Amino acid sequence: MAKLNIVSALNQALDQEMARNPRLLILGEDVGREGGVFRVTDGLQAKYGAERVVDTPLAESAIVGAALGLAAGGMLPVAEIQFEGFLHVAMDQICNQVARYRNRSRGRYQLGLVIRVPWGGGIHAPEHHSESPETLLAHTPGLTVVQPSNPYDAKGLLLSALRLGEPVVFCEPKRVYRAIKAEVPEADYTVPIGKAAVARKGKDLTIVAWGAMMREALEAAEELQAGGASAEVIDLRTLSPMDSETVVQSVRKTGRLVIAHEAPRTLGLGAEIAARVSEEALTSLLAPIERVTGFDTVMPLSQLEEYYLPDHRRVLAGARKALSV
Amino acid sequence: MYFERFDPMQGQCLQILDQAGRLQEALRPDLPDGRARQLYERMSVMRLADRMAMSLQREGGMGTYAPFYGQEAAQASAAFLGPEDWMVPTYRETGALYLRGVPLANLYRYWMGDERGMLMPEGARTLPIAIVVGSQPLHAVGLSWAMKLKGEKAAAAAYFGDGASSQGDVHEAMNFAGVFQTPTVFICQNNQFAISLPRRQQTAAATIAQRAAGYGFPGLLIDGNDIFAVAAAMTEALADIRAGKGPRLIEMLTYRLGPHTTADDPTKYRNAEEIEKFKPADPLLRLRRYLEAKGLWDQAAEEDLLRRGQAEVEEAAGKAKAAPPPAPDELFAYTYRSLPPYLERQREELRAASQAQGAVEAKRG
Repeated sequence: MAKLNIVSALNQALDQEMARNPRLLILGEDVGREGGVFRVTDGLQAKYGAERVVDTPLAESAIVGAALGLAAGGMLPVAEIQFEGFLHVAMDQICNQVARYRNRSRGRYQLGLVIRVPWGGGIHAPEHHSESPETLLAHTPGLTVVQPSNPYDAKGLLLSALRLGEPVVFCEPKRVYRAIKAEVPEADYTVPIGKAAVARKGKDLTIVAWGAMMREALEAAEELQAGGASAEVIDLRTLSPMDSETVVQSVRKTGRLVIAHEAPRTLGLGAEIAARVSEEALTSLLAPIERVTGFDTVMPLSQLEEYYLPDHRRVLAGARKALSV
Repeated sequence: MYFERFDPMQGQCLQILDQAGRLQEALRPDLPDGRARQLYERMSVMRLADRMAMSLQREGGMGTYAPFYGQEAAQASAAFLGPEDWMVPTYRETGALYLRGVPLANLYRYWMGDERGMLMPEGARTLPIAIVVGSQPLHAVGLSWAMKLKGEKAAAAAYFGDGASSQGDVHEAMNFAGVFQTPTVFICQNNQFAISLPRRQQTAAATIAQRAAGYGFPGLLIDGNDIFAVAAAMTEALADIRAGKGPRLIEMLTYRLGPHTTADDPTKYRNAEEIEKFKPADPLLRLRRYLEAKGLWDQAAEEDLLRRGQAEVEEAAGKAKAAPPPAPDELFAYTYRSLPPYLERQREELRAASQAQGAVEAKRG
């Protein structure tokens, strides 16, 4: 089986689904000739033509709004927004339009469309190129929000998203785009949307993470193991609708919970996870829930980035605190 | 005169100094030879500064940098703004900001990932650079609106590019400017590429300048590699704006000789031959030819300039590199005027973690 990184796994998913589904088209800034600034759509315009891999004018709101119309008109648009910071330019189309179309049309329009967006920090990029605004999307009823953490899930989740028949925002952890290589089957397979994965089994505490933070969480779990503590690591994978059942079940077993994410702490998804665990499993908790997150500040530029982004050491510190009670 | 005589709807483009360095005296704006020579010197240092940023990036000291190589004359539009005017730049305006008096070392520091580099000198009437493409012309409209309300005779310059012209916010900015007759000069540096997208795929219109008609104010297309055309357009636009005649749009047709940013590989979307084709249009080359023909410039002057310029940019780079890194506390300093208690706790957490980490690293030695 071929070892692929996340970029190649996503490229393969798009390629295979384009071959299968003639309604699929990709649109976005620099997705065609350039193959995307991260090369996720590399080679696809040469293979499928400029009508199916479309270099659009520089206008995020237009990309998403037009994707809505394309979907309503029977196409399967995959819109790429170049960086998550530019998503905000399209927020009216995403939150007021795309997310609500099923509801507004009383179910007449079930918009199958995918908005792909590179996500998160750690690449020493300029302003607006390193944020993790998943809360804004998860807080919007009607959107499905997905974020893979590894190449296998990247392909399987993207194929699921393309076949879901619902609007999906597909967040791609750019920090680990090329950093993680894993075996990815050439064959068709899907990873279910709406299901978290237990990435590592354990019994002493539960760590929940997603995207690039999974690598930090797994590294922290490894170090905890060396110290004799066994951590269960859960990869949330679908951020909305969230599979909190898997988290709750794990916490019932371990009694301790650490939630790690890059986004600011206040109203980050960690807050929702903590609330659900409190509602469902308060009596199982042996220690206060620990949140290891970005700070409630503006995401800094590169010289302070390492202080902002939680790494495995901060996850480890959070875990030790939870274990100390 | 220029805005009236050169109609972008008729495909007219103002060029005063051609590629061979020949000047059309009849069209000459108030730009005496001495001033032209001075601008040549500044534009040449600008280019050295751009090159220095590229090499700082290659050395690893900078994450990303957006070069303006080839756009020096258009960047020099900033030289025609007065201290009372506002400048609203994008991320590609390093040259324009340098002319505006922003210390080069600060600009380098910013691109090295130190946000203190974006602190503009006191009273500089220059906004921080905008990264989100097309977000900033609206701010220029608001600034100039404020000046109009306060009765100041000044303008705000909104810098943007051909890519930004597709953004809804840029349309909205020009529409507001037209409706409220704000003293705004919209400066579109059309460098013919938005990362990989050529200008002809950005809009089906022949020019960006002609859009002004749709907003009810004059627009002018100029050869943006011709400093005399830049001077003509800026001088007339600012005079009209200060006289209360409302906004103006100038499209400066230029060519980005370098990549979009250092993270970009332009061979993906354009070949070396195309770039070679545009090299004779170089804004410095024709100005030098003109000055040489006038006996105002020669090889010795060029060599002297390059020596002085290189020393200037090296000093700035040295200053930027020697600047101590920002303290972790800086993260929290500008979120709110005063820190809410939970943010104070987060700051304490970071201080404690940094100290602990520092201790571990010191021990490892």
